Amino acid sequence: MSVEFCGIELAHPVINGSGTFDAIAARRAFGNAIDEEFPFAAFVSKTITLAPRAGNPPPRLWEAQAGLINSIGLPNKGLERYIAEDLPELARLPVPLITNVMGSTAEEIASLLQACDARPEIAAVELNVSCPNVQTGLDIGADPLALERVLRAVRAELHKPLIVKLTPNCADVSACALAAQKGGADAVSLINTLRATALTPADGHKQTLGPADPWLGGGSGGLSGAAIRPVALAQVAAVAKRIAIPVVGMGGIQNALHARQFLGVGARLVAVGTESFRNPSIATRIATELDCVHGPHSLV
Amino acid sequence: MTTDVPGPARVLAPFGRRLLTVTANETLGAYRVLKAADPSGPEPAAGQFAMLAAAERWGAGEDERPYVPRAFSYARFKDGEAHFLLEDVGPGTRRLCELGEGDGLWLLGPLGQGFAAPEQGRRVLLVGGGVGIAPLAIWQDELGAGEPHSDDASRTDDEPHPEPPRMKVLLGFRDSAHVEGAALLENAVLASDDGSVGHRGRVTELLCDELDRDTHATVYACGPPRMLEAVRALCAERDVPAQLALEAGMACGFGACYGCVVPSRSGYLRVCVDGPVIDAAELEHVETHAGSPR
Repeated sequence: MSVEFCGIELAHPVINGSGTFDAIAARRAFGNAIDEEFPFAAFVSKTITLAPRAGNPPPRLWEAQAGLINSIGLPNKGLERYIAEDLPELARLPVPLITNVMGSTAEEIASLLQACDARPEIAAVELNVSCPNVQTGLDIGADPLALERVLRAVRAELHKPLIVKLTPNCADVSACALAAQKGGADAVSLINTLRATALTPADGHKQTLGPADPWLGGGSGGLSGAAIRPVALAQVAAVAKRIAIPVVGMGGIQNALHARQFLGVGARLVAVGTESFRNPSIATRIATELDCVHGPHSLV
Repeated sequence: MTTDVPGPARVLAPFGRRLLTVTANETLGAYRVLKAADPSGPEPAAGQFAMLAAAERWGAGEDERPYVPRAFSYARFKDGEAHFLLEDVGPGTRRLCELGEGDGLWLLGPLGQGFAAPEQGRRVLLVGGGVGIAPLAIWQDELGAGEPHSDDASRTDDEPHPEPPRMKVLLGFRDSAHVEGAALLENAVLASDDGSVGHRGRVTELLCDELDRDTHATVYACGPPRMLEAVRALCAERDVPAQLALEAGMACGFGACYGCVVPSRSGYLRVCVDGPVIDAAELEHVETHAGSPR
């Protein structure tokens, strides 16, 4: 069940959410099986920034009701080392590579796009816009005007498909999606994690802190997993109605039925994230079941 | 450390979790020993772990949890059967403790890097605290210090058996109910917080005595973070090599989520792929705030 996405031919419509699968680490754990049985139709990298980032101090995880709150802090080795060290490893994967990048200014984003443009290993770029604007403090992706302005300023730097990873933490996600389309995005992906926090439990392991203190080292984090699926489905449906460019739908997808729901409300592709933590090969099963039972756009 | 010692062991996991059948769930004092048939699974290296989840009713427990699988060191692996030591400390461990013979168990593993062999001639000190004694049991099996456990008819004695290293096992527990867990290992010297069995006090006090007697040793330790920090400090002061099996809150177990990091001299390490067994020399201190989904 191959599918066309921004001019790229994919074997099936299931990819990974950025930051939820590390193909290089997976090779250390599973060996060559990861290349032979790669579960996704395209691989989306973790977010890459210009400068290296250590990420947030632990604890970074909190198990919520049917979900997970993470405060990882986008650790990455920075653009230069990503290209020198990771890209050759990722190029060995049997699927197209989508590199996810984030910058806090148009200039930073332009540099990231230029670097990705120059690398033939990279088929497309996904731009993470859940990054505060240095002037306003608002997430770039939460402000339609700022989003369109930034995209217009940088779009010419990339001669490849540009996917904008929208943030759900905004007043009107479809307005942001429309701004992304106007700014030159070839596709949008959503939803990113919902901003969330967890407090240190009363019987807490962090006994020096009181019960009203945040558990996560980064203070607050993002909620993912089954708990967010109804929210994600609503946002994907709203966005798909509003824009003409393809939508990558994600948020709590655990099986083919869920995937079919997202495809049914207008997503071109679906992405699996937290469910891969529970079972790394689940995307293979979802893709197989989508293929076996129905076409990609039929609803159960 | 030295270059003539083999590196840490890492057996690759099949890609994807597999459904096992629970063969036994035995009470061991305050603990349970969960056994499951894993006929197609590779034999893990000592110190490696697996991500476990009940096949049924994983979720909708206390606080609508558990959700992600839980990480457990292999306590033993013999005749295609994996053994795990459990203690009921939260919704995930509680659900696993409920499992009985015939129930389904999802397992992803073996994962991470295990223990590295001791340098020739050094005696081995195994230091365990509480439920953390689990990986030391399979390591004791592998080092060959114990008697063979199985009726190993297929084993031929033609193969040369290297002389097992001299070994001392030091285990610490909270109270007499937990001390019963010590039956997992052989010839253990015991400490208990309440003095009910063995030395009254910390297992690290026993370690201190051992190292005062003779520092020509390699220490393998697993237990609560504060115990591991004490082990690390004692060994660092005396220039004794130590390998620590760490625990951290973990969602995936294979390097995807970046949730299980601990600080090291070279930045954050992921306990799941860079550990769980980490050379103590890589750590300035043992992180005590890497809390787990329990």
